Amino acid sequence: MEAAVSTAPGERQRALAAAEPAVLIDGVSKTFRIPHQQYRTLKERALHPFRTRTYDVLRAVDEVTLTVPQGEFFGIVGRNGSGKSTLLKCLAGIYQPDNGRIEVDGRVSPFIELGVGFNPELAARDNVLINAVMLGLSRAEAARRFDDIIAFAELEEFVDLALKNYSSGMAVRLGFAVATQVDADILLVDEVLAVGDASFQQKCYEAFQRLKDAGKTILLVTHDMGLVEHFCDRAMLLERGEVLHIGDPGAVGRLYNEVNFGRLVPEGAPDRLDQTARAAEIVACRFESGGAPAPDIAQGEPLEVIWEVRFFDEVLDPVFALSLRNDAGHTIFTTSTAWREQHTGRFQAGELVRVRATFDAWLAPSRYRATPSVARAGSGASMLDLREDLASVVLHATRVTGGVIDPPHTLDVERVEGEAP
Amino acid sequence: MSGGAVSPVAPVVGDLHRFLALSWTLAVTEWKLRFYGSVLGYVWQLVRPFAFFGVIYVVFTQVIDLGDQIKNYGVYILFGLVLFTFFSEVTTSCLHSLVARENLLRKMSFPRLAIPFSVTLTGLFNLGGTLAAVFVFAIASGVYPTTGWLELPLLILLLALLSSGVGMLLSVLYVRFRDVEPIWDVITQALFYASPVLYVTTLVPECCQRPYVAQPIAAILTEMRHAVVDSGAPDIVESIGGAGRLLIPLAVILAAFVLGLWMFNREAPRIAEHL
Repeated sequence: MEAAVSTAPGERQRALAAAEPAVLIDGVSKTFRIPHQQYRTLKERALHPFRTRTYDVLRAVDEVTLTVPQGEFFGIVGRNGSGKSTLLKCLAGIYQPDNGRIEVDGRVSPFIELGVGFNPELAARDNVLINAVMLGLSRAEAARRFDDIIAFAELEEFVDLALKNYSSGMAVRLGFAVATQVDADILLVDEVLAVGDASFQQKCYEAFQRLKDAGKTILLVTHDMGLVEHFCDRAMLLERGEVLHIGDPGAVGRLYNEVNFGRLVPEGAPDRLDQTARAAEIVACRFESGGAPAPDIAQGEPLEVIWEVRFFDEVLDPVFALSLRNDAGHTIFTTSTAWREQHTGRFQAGELVRVRATFDAWLAPSRYRATPSVARAGSGASMLDLREDLASVVLHATRVTGGVIDPPHTLDVERVEGEAP
Repeated sequence: MSGGAVSPVAPVVGDLHRFLALSWTLAVTEWKLRFYGSVLGYVWQLVRPFAFFGVIYVVFTQVIDLGDQIKNYGVYILFGLVLFTFFSEVTTSCLHSLVARENLLRKMSFPRLAIPFSVTLTGLFNLGGTLAAVFVFAIASGVYPTTGWLELPLLILLLALLSSGVGMLLSVLYVRFRDVEPIWDVITQALFYASPVLYVTTLVPECCQRPYVAQPIAAILTEMRHAVVDSGAPDIVESIGGAGRLLIPLAVILAAFVLGLWMFNREAPRIAEHL
């Protein structure tokens, strides 16, 4: 069943439709009891044996049903606390679901967190062994794969160094290497890409593409819609533990943005109050390169930041602005229609506007996050909507640089006095 | 892909091969950490029982003058101390084991039982290392190996069963109740004096000897004295008053193990949530 699923879109869809299920989730629920008063000692229990114990019930995952065929790259998205990670932990076997059925065909490698169980006192060699055995390899297999793992992590020179002397990036690389090299059939990935530098993230993307091409089944939990649209065959949107939608990644991405901004709430949930007064709302934001969603781009390529604004009231000449921050949180680029003295026009209630900022990405390698905004015109402009770090892109380069920008430039050395030897 | 679909819930033991590989790896790691942590790892490992032994020996032979009444008293104390230390170390480490590895339990699926099992294995490695030095001391003191020494592995196995049973029970209790730790501290202290470590069973008043050796640690140490240190001393069958009564300490050991395993089994699937 390891036959590679073809990358041609139509063919891939057909192959997936015919594939056996790798993951089957049938009506799975998971609730947590949150006691009002927690007894952490035997003494308290002994002193108050009959006191009734009250608790709140938190439904983290509610009747989720899902089938993922073998070879599919499946995205799970949702806001914080929507139950994504709990569902993944149920799949990984860390939590036991209250009811429902979970079936998994093949070996699962959960990347709930990279390098879990790494001991800082031990050398990479021992840590790799423990991690691999924990992921289900035999000791002999783990020893055989050791060289591959170290080669992937590019840590050949540091094999016998205690992990406490590693940089955090090195440790993450090692964890990722172990998790991808254990030959699991099903990979559960939970936001691991939020860590590591740009070049490592680039490497992760390449590894994902390779795993996808090799026909592995991958379930990816993320907030990053760019990633979902780029990699996933299908995606699922969770909200308050319930499935809102399963289907095309683009549609799920749009829905996610709507849920995130409070306009779409599941039935029965109370309406959010702060939404009604808004005259305009940012409903989507993404990075594109060459007309397609881009989770990562190469330095110098034309990069587009696109955000969509829906108006609920008439607004004259609104100001659209954008700022871009790097990994260190520094604002490295901002632009605004006001500064460019653009008159944007008059917009009516119900209109959807797409704003596009295009520039050549001569920036240092990093992850960049976009903060789009829309405001009323005039001095003391009142902000209509601003969304911090709404979308992100990873920029990678082949050249080393020290600053925050890296424009094309020349560097000439010329002898002024003296003569060549 | 072969094999049918399986439910992924973290098993207690799961695939036996994987369980053993994991337990072994965890135990070896723990052992390595202790020994590579400092250059003199092994020496430090020995310092504790031997230093304690030195103090005890001086007090009990010079001050209380027990040395003349008990043959090979020094060797007996040393064996007793090392075996009791094994018991207290394994139970205490087991108690902390789940909470200490919280990060692992909350984020990975693996046979949960590997954790207390590996703690017991590490304890056995340490015991082996310490016993090697104790054997040297015994021979230097004129206690030579006899066929009776062959009983030692069996006694250690029984003690390991008892320790891991109690350990499993404590480990899951500690997840829920944090005052189990000081409580167990006190109980260990009491057990230390309720077991013939510093004295010998024959010094216990005759009337109480039979119930006294029904306590499994006392039974194991009593038999150890006969088999290893002084073949003239009464063996466990004689001390307890018949082979049939031997079933009492054995039953206690078995019950502790089964109870521990049962409790652990019951709690294991939800450990990640309670941590």
